[in-house]
Amino acid sequence: MSEKEDKPKNKTRREFLQELGYVGIGAVIGGSAIFAGINYDKRKRQIDRIKVLTAENELIEIDRKDAGKVVKSKQEVLTYLQKEGREGIVGKRWVMVIDLSRCRNARKCMSSCQSAHHLRPEQSHITTLKMQESLDTPPYYMPKQCQHCDNPPCVAVCPVDATFKRPDGIVLIDNERCIGCRFCIAACPYSARYFNWSKPLHEQEDKDLTYNVELNVPQRKGTITKCLFSADRVREGKLPYCVGACPNGVFYFGDENEDAVTNGTTKETVRFKKLLEDNGGYRLMAELGTNPRVYYLPPKGKSYPFQDKDREEAEEHLKG
Amino acid sequence: MLDQLKSDTITSDLLRHIRLNKAFIIWMGVLGISFLVCIYAYTIQLRDGLGVAGIRDYVSWGLYISNFVFFVAVSLIGMLMTAVLGLIGIKWASPLARIAEIIALAFASVAGLVIISDMGRPDRLLYVFIHGRVQSPIVWDITVVTIYIIISLLLLYLPLIPDFKICYDKLEKAPKIQRTIYKILSLNWNNTPEQQKIIKNSIRVLAILIIPVAFGIHTVTSWLFANTSRAGWDSTIFGPYFVSGAFVAGCAAVIIAMYFYRYNYKLKDYITDMHFDKMAKLLVLVSLVYLYFNLNEFMVPGYKMKKFDAIHLNELFTGAHALLFWSTQLLGLVLPIIILLFKQMRKPLPVMVVSIFVLVGAWFKRYIIVVPTQEHPYLPIQNVPLNFKFYTPTLIEILITIAPILLAIIIITILSKVIPIIPIHETLEELEEPEKVGNK
Repeated sequence: MSEKEDKPKNKTRREFLQELGYVGIGAVIGGSAIFAGINYDKRKRQIDRIKVLTAENELIEIDRKDAGKVVKSKQEVLTYLQKEGREGIVGKRWVMVIDLSRCRNARKCMSSCQSAHHLRPEQSHITTLKMQESLDTPPYYMPKQCQHCDNPPCVAVCPVDATFKRPDGIVLIDNERCIGCRFCIAACPYSARYFNWSKPLHEQEDKDLTYNVELNVPQRKGTITKCLFSADRVREGKLPYCVGACPNGVFYFGDENEDAVTNGTTKETVRFKKLLEDNGGYRLMAELGTNPRVYYLPPKGKSYPFQDKDREEAEEHLKG
Repeated sequence: MLDQLKSDTITSDLLRHIRLNKAFIIWMGVLGISFLVCIYAYTIQLRDGLGVAGIRDYVSWGLYISNFVFFVAVSLIGMLMTAVLGLIGIKWASPLARIAEIIALAFASVAGLVIISDMGRPDRLLYVFIHGRVQSPIVWDITVVTIYIIISLLLLYLPLIPDFKICYDKLEKAPKIQRTIYKILSLNWNNTPEQQKIIKNSIRVLAILIIPVAFGIHTVTSWLFANTSRAGWDSTIFGPYFVSGAFVAGCAAVIIAMYFYRYNYKLKDYITDMHFDKMAKLLVLVSLVYLYFNLNEFMVPGYKMKKFDAIHLNELFTGAHALLFWSTQLLGLVLPIIILLFKQMRKPLPVMVVSIFVLVGAWFKRYIIVVPTQEHPYLPIQNVPLNFKFYTPTLIEILITIAPILLAIIIITILSKVIPIIPIHETLEELEEPEKVGNK
């Protein structure tokens, strides 16, 4: 198609042929490239191109078949997870209800939490306490974790914004940011925060994992760890680790906006407000004004007696 | 002629200690080696984490934070001596101003290092500046401590400018490099009236500026505790309680330093019995104020005995911390006040001995403020090993706590070997002044 474009003037036959050769080859290559390119592009634009959001929040278009080749550096994944972790889940307000009348101190919540977050035996984001308000009142078992306060003292005192409150109500800790000053431990009235005093339990096994702020794994030496309301599970639409592990139906978890909470054992979903109203729900140390997102139902009509062997430990706290 | 002779004697007396001698080298050697041992302990902590110390999840602030509070407390004396006493024109305090300022500078700058030894991730120190949140009292603390260090440095340096000139002129035997430094630091001081006016005005401005900053550093330090809702820390008087306690510790530190300088540097004619008498009276005054705040701090919750306050106070008054509590209150506060009320006890040696008790008491008082509260949180401590419930410092932790104390002493020792410990220029000026009045 390109030979016709050449119009030789006053040239020898030899020169003419030579030039014709060059131009011809060039034109064939160039023309076919343009042709192929236009066709290719047309075809691609319609079906095989996809839009991708980069970690830097840029919208770019790539070939669908190249999607698998996109190399995400560890840093990019980390940045993405940290960003996502700080934004939370739009439109939700997570709440937990703990029914103290059903707790038998089975401690399945503790063990599932410890294995999910790679914790040492003495660390547990959730712990069941043997509680007693005064020497004359009955003791009971109480699972206790971070209360995910709406007015969190730990977030207020953090000097580097390592611990933060998400719009969906969860208080998280970014252990890539934490400087280990432990001011949050001092400020938390619920003793809900733990520190990695030495090298974490699974340091070797976890060393290639990218840090997930919603799971706080891998744990890091010299930083804080605490209950995360299992933000990683919640993102997948599942119940938190402890809630799912409880054999006794102690925990309810759900969304305050939907006014619905689901029991982790029976999987029964009930009205959140009604559950509190029917059972006299309360919050721990409400007088401190921290506004926790964890609600307790009183240990009324306990389905399991408080063990005699635990009485001494429950009373210990009341003595100076 | 006689005047010239007198001022020459004063100058040579006050410059005598600026030289290297055997005692200094041995003293620095001992300090240096001990310091290196402590630094070795810190490298272990860097390698293995804060777990090498006795602090755990419940008592998570231990010796390091107590030490930090102590260092900030002692550093406040610079403000009291140079600014407050200087501005209201108390003449006897001016020869002691430089000692106070050296102590202030050394303790304030080392306080910054103490806080680093308590960090789980010291490698992320810069995050405080990169990601700093203005809502956090830690950020306030870092800001005011930095400002305090800068103003203290200036308050030490400005009155030194004329003295650097004297050092350059008179210390002909000193190494050449030392004399060059004196010359540079003296900023071409010629003792002209104009220069004198500039220096006087600058010192005055700084002296006024440092008062709110000094109140700031210790008030903010007290808020690290008072801004939490823990029984024992949740107190509205923590600011003045800490500031008044700081003056007690600082006065004691200055008295101990005065005693040391008087005998080692042969300054009997300049740091006189009168100075010890006056400083002892000042110590009694600030101790009485501190006693008053102690009364408030323990009596008010003690009268009501609310559930968790009661547990805390019982622990202090009769429980595991009772011995330490009553020792600090009686040996470190009440008895010193009583002893120093007697005139014959306000001689250099007894005042110095009492001051040692006061200073050691002040350190342990910080421990009493920081640690016991954390042993009794609102919710029970359960499902953890026994060492999580009761705090016991480890050897490594103790060494790391001693390191900053040694470092502060090293800084003070070096400074007092290169600058005149009593302001020469001011002493000479005061010598001239009464004569001027007399001539009129």
